[in-house]
Amino acid sequence: MEPIILLTREPLNRDALIAAVSHPSIGGIVTFEGVVRDNARGKQVHYLEYDAYEEMAVQQIRTIIADAEQRWGIERAAVAHRFGRLEIGEASVIIVVASPHRAEAFEACRYIIDTLKTTVPIWKKEVATNGETWVEG
Amino acid sequence: MEIRIRYFASIREIVGQTEELLTVPATTRVTDVRDLLLARTPPLQLVLERSVCAVNRRYVPVETALHDGDELVFIPPTGGGS
Repeated sequence: MEPIILLTREPLNRDALIAAVSHPSIGGIVTFEGVVRDNARGKQVHYLEYDAYEEMAVQQIRTIIADAEQRWGIERAAVAHRFGRLEIGEASVIIVVASPHRAEAFEACRYIIDTLKTTVPIWKKEVATNGETWVEG
Repeated sequence: MEIRIRYFASIREIVGQTEELLTVPATTRVTDVRDLLLARTPPLQLVLERSVCAVNRRYVPVETALHDGDELVFIPPTGGGS
């Protein structure tokens, strides 16, 4: 199936993403969910602000999923990333990979999140008690 | 010729706008635009040194020649979180 790629200001819907990749041929579904933590580098975080170059981010995510499909033979994947202001505990990113067997799904999911962090133009600003910082990887 | 520059993250906050249209000579490269931005807004220096660039939504080297109607974006480091 065509991968699902979603960039949105709205809260992410994990169940809908899982439902979208589900299929009778699937034996395992791996989900990674990144959530907003209340601390970073010793600071108390109030909230996060994500900025995204949407059109390019979607293209980059499409390329990453295509690479994962090539390497691990996965056929069903969904990636959703939120931007704008996010509160503590809210999901910023959800990656769902489904495949006939679990090993490929785990590896592909890990590859997708790790690569997304380095090549997709989405930025995170931490707003903490002692000021604001754009986080660099 | 005219190019479109879009600003994101820390660069957007420093320049105080999300995008602009810029009229430049026909032989302009990405690096020339970077110099121009730096001359106009010196506080961009630190972040531009650490940024890569994209033309029409693809990563390109700074020597890349620009063409009329191109969309240019300087991309500060990403990768927050682990």
